[in-house]
Amino acid sequence: MYAADGSRPWTFYAFAAFFALFVAFLYGPMVVIYVLSFQGPSGGMTFPLNGVSLHWFDALISQSRVGDIAGSFQRSIGLAVIVAVVTVLASVLAGLAFRRPFRGSAFAFYLAIASLIMPGLFVGLGIALTFRLLGLPTSWWASGLGAQLTWTLPFGLLIMFAVLGRFNRSYEEAAIDLGATNWQKLKEVTIPMLLPGIIGVALFGFTLSYDEIARTALAAGAKNTLPLEIWAMTTNVTSPTLYAVGAVTTIVSFVVIVVALTSIGAIQRRRSRSKT
Amino acid sequence: MTQATGSGALGSGQVEVAGVTKRFGETVAVKELSLTIPHGSYCCLLGPSGCGKTTILRMIAGHENPTTGDIRIGGRSVVGLPQVERGTAMMFQSYALFPHRSVLDNVAFALKVRGIGLPARHNTARELLTKVQLEKFANRLPAELSGGQQQRVALARALITNPRVLLLDEPLSALDEYLRLRMRGELRRVQKELGITFVHVTHTQLEAIAVADTVVVMAQGRIEQAASARDIFVAPRNAYVARFVGGQNVLSGTVESMMNGTAAVASDKGARFAFPVGDLRLVRGSKLYGSIRRDRIAVEKVLPGAKPAGGLNTIVGEVHTLENQGSYVKVTVDLDNGEEFVAHVPDEAFFRSPLDIGDKVEARWSASDIKLLDDGPIAFDAAAAEARAASAD
Repeated sequence: MYAADGSRPWTFYAFAAFFALFVAFLYGPMVVIYVLSFQGPSGGMTFPLNGVSLHWFDALISQSRVGDIAGSFQRSIGLAVIVAVVTVLASVLAGLAFRRPFRGSAFAFYLAIASLIMPGLFVGLGIALTFRLLGLPTSWWASGLGAQLTWTLPFGLLIMFAVLGRFNRSYEEAAIDLGATNWQKLKEVTIPMLLPGIIGVALFGFTLSYDEIARTALAAGAKNTLPLEIWAMTTNVTSPTLYAVGAVTTIVSFVVIVVALTSIGAIQRRRSRSKT
Repeated sequence: MTQATGSGALGSGQVEVAGVTKRFGETVAVKELSLTIPHGSYCCLLGPSGCGKTTILRMIAGHENPTTGDIRIGGRSVVGLPQVERGTAMMFQSYALFPHRSVLDNVAFALKVRGIGLPARHNTARELLTKVQLEKFANRLPAELSGGQQQRVALARALITNPRVLLLDEPLSALDEYLRLRMRGELRRVQKELGITFVHVTHTQLEAIAVADTVVVMAQGRIEQAASARDIFVAPRNAYVARFVGGQNVLSGTVESMMNGTAAVASDKGARFAFPVGDLRLVRGSKLYGSIRRDRIAVEKVLPGAKPAGGLNTIVGEVHTLENQGSYVKVTVDLDNGEEFVAHVPDEAFFRSPLDIGDKVEARWSASDIKLLDDGPIAFDAAAAEARAASAD
């Protein structure tokens, strides 16, 4: 908004300064890490750069003394995919079910959402203890998966509530009116129309899982996920390999988000192509 | 049109709503309503929002079930039957075209879910698109079409199953004025051409009168009047219908005397009217309602200082608003009691001696133009008169 003489109010500058600080805090340190990951073979963990090389990326892959980066990366991607799939299935179905109020639906909803306010570390601890009590071994794909779902399912459900809140039921009624069975209605109309929202839920589940620490830390068992492996490395690895890990994991996150957002964008553009 | 599927098209499209009540929790949307819509007729359900007209439509379509009562199509009860077996098709308000499917696939949808192969269903869909002059747009998405084009796609999509009853929920409300007028003529033409039953829900009076054979005026889950479009307009049954359909002024007063089938009636404000009442026998002091068409009223200016002529069937007030409608001028007269009285004065008559806002005017009409309304004690008397007439036959 502009004042009558065209000058901006002081609030504009105050907020611009705050935003600049935010950007500097967010991206500044990251850029430092990415730059340092290209450190020369004889360089250390701080500036100056001692030449430029891909040496530390190479060290990362050959996994000699830096820990099980490749293994934990595979586990993390696998876990994130499972979490995304389960989150999508459960929250889409639950979201559809919640559209029609049933006895105890409000209670069920709050019961599901309440896990968002529970301290994550203790959720993980509780899961680990329960597994031990039951005599089951903790592992990333069982107790770890469960711990992460306590986090992603309520989020997925909330997103589906928002998505379905804007979804006009008359599309489904039109499908039924034209002779579709319930299954055809779901397959031909409901799911395709909700697809951008569903991709959003999947993306959310994936990224939440991919960098989750608090709930996973105590429930993941003997083999680490990537964030846990990195966490361990920060205490015992003293080479720029750590930075190379940071650079690679960021690229993966970035690619996932770009793919998801472009597909959502493409679907929506397709549906609202301007009139010609 | 080709017979695309095994279902639909067969049998009569007579729709009977028999003593239907529909409750949603505590609220009663439709109360013991009965209505028969003849096969091949165009019926408009007209009423303000919340009067239950859409609920009736949705019950005929099978998207709701009556709480009590029966719905029959072609003589067969359809309560609980799936949509496919009813032979109905519905055109939704704002059309509900599937945004992710092309125009062609939208129209072909009903055939697709019946398992008809791609070439066959696309052929049939193309034929229908040609009928609505949209064959050029077959591969577009609905969002790329104008409102009027979308409406035609929705029509084609609904007609592809050869329904015997087409249900239209506010089909014109999403269009601008110009298209609304054009498309309502188009709907009427399509209905005549196909010869199937159309049930059309609207809250626009002129739309109902323009397209329908039968207009059903509803209020609060009941039918106030079901009659031909012409009768709804010229002979409203009661004050509600007269006021809602428009084109009428409602007069009321208490009976002072009776003579030769005419009741002398005095309004609260002292104006005196003559109501033709036929052979009704009315007690002095009973309340009477009548309607007078807006275009059957002469309006004369009362010059400042002059006394209005007065007499039977006149009313005096101040001109409140003037609206030139082209062929006539709508003159709203503010009566002393705050009620409005509207006269449609033909343009020639008006501009011979124009009025201005604030002018004192006298409106007059002839007693024979007054239609007695079925309100107040008349309701009983009218029933008695009907019984007498029946026994006299």
